[in-house]
Amino acid sequence: MMSVRVGIPQTLKRAALSSKHARNIALQSALVRRGIHTESLPPSASQEILNQQRLKRPSSPHFTIYQPQLTWLSSIANRATGGALSALLYGFSLAYLFAPGTFDSTHIVELIAGLPEYVKYAGKFILAAPFAFHSLNGLRHLAWDMGKVLTLKSAYRAGYAVLGATAVSTIALVLM
Amino acid sequence: MAAVAWTHALRLSSRSFASSAARWQAVPAEKPVLQKEFKIYRWNPDEPDKKPMLQSYTIDLNQTGPMVLDALIKVKNEIDPTLTFRRSCREGICGSCAMNINGQNTLACLCRIDRDASKDVKIYPLPHMYIVKDLVPDLTLFYKQYKSIKPYLQNDNPPAQGEFLQSPEERKKLDGLYECILCACCSTSCPSYWWNQDEYLGPATLMQAYRWIADSRDSYGVERKEVLQNEMSLYRCHTIFNCARTCPKGLNPAEAIAKIKLELAAE
Repeated sequence: MMSVRVGIPQTLKRAALSSKHARNIALQSALVRRGIHTESLPPSASQEILNQQRLKRPSSPHFTIYQPQLTWLSSIANRATGGALSALLYGFSLAYLFAPGTFDSTHIVELIAGLPEYVKYAGKFILAAPFAFHSLNGLRHLAWDMGKVLTLKSAYRAGYAVLGATAVSTIALVLM
Repeated sequence: MAAVAWTHALRLSSRSFASSAARWQAVPAEKPVLQKEFKIYRWNPDEPDKKPMLQSYTIDLNQTGPMVLDALIKVKNEIDPTLTFRRSCREGICGSCAMNINGQNTLACLCRIDRDASKDVKIYPLPHMYIVKDLVPDLTLFYKQYKSIKPYLQNDNPPAQGEFLQSPEERKKLDGLYECILCACCSTSCPSYWWNQDEYLGPATLMQAYRWIADSRDSYGVERKEVLQNEMSLYRCHTIFNCARTCPKGLNPAEAIAKIKLELAAE
């Protein structure tokens, strides 16, 4: 009566009264009924299991979840502006090389003179801002490579100084 | 009658064992409930085809310790025992509980929970690492990289007797380097390490490389620098400073790497 109330299976109850061997069998069948399966594997199989797991492991999210910080955003901006300025320089040089008649100064001056004012200012801004930022941030990088401005605080201060100076020189270049 | 006297005696004796004499005098003020949401990255290797996802847990901050690790332990103890993360010392010396909390890599045990309950806390594992389970990244490569720089004293001419001697100035060069606990917060915050971790050693390992280059007792500085003299191992560092910004111990790997670059350039 007691054992039924606390939920010991019938097999175990019987086993408690029989020999040790019978008890083991009863225990085993009770475990199987609870759905516990163990599989005996040699230690050498562990590497294979690990490799199977490794194949399916996901890579954790990175720049999509990382906090926006002046450190890496200014680094990305430095790279993007550098790439864009190089593309412009090489693109224009190659264009001049292949079609010197179309891309000479006279034609460009004529083309731009015919544009409305707001397009001129927007174009100047698009050229001036990356140029100013990349040049000034380049100074920050030179300082680092000389072993200066290497504390976190001074690196941040220099970063904000570059942003401020970029704003001022962009405005100056646009109004020029 | 005898039974009544016996229970009375029992009550008296139990009172004498009570820990606080003032227990029945001061009633502690009930703290208000302050529910805060924690969104935690989950992925289970037993169901590898199910995509990783953020699971939301809400707990009462007034029944939780002050740090994010306390919240994680509370969630694991009381809500979801399957939540998996590494932790050990709970005081920022073992480096086990490194993870990305609200977008920044840090140690959960050193990161206070913001008491503003209107904002949730997002917890991801260290960025761009293979995930073993939930918040546990596979650090095998990270440790192999550390091993590759031979992080131990190398000197073929030990002093005839006694120990290596060092001046206070020479010892001072190691300050800010030796304190690293290898939690991997800096390396996994570095975009260069994200894209090139198969070849670039990463800030944590490079700072330790410099720790041995800078040690006056080590005589293998030339060899140590030689293995870094290639395109990938060291020079993928673009002085981004994410490492110094994120270090939970306040160290500056960016500075150490810049010093290696200077020494290599000066050769």
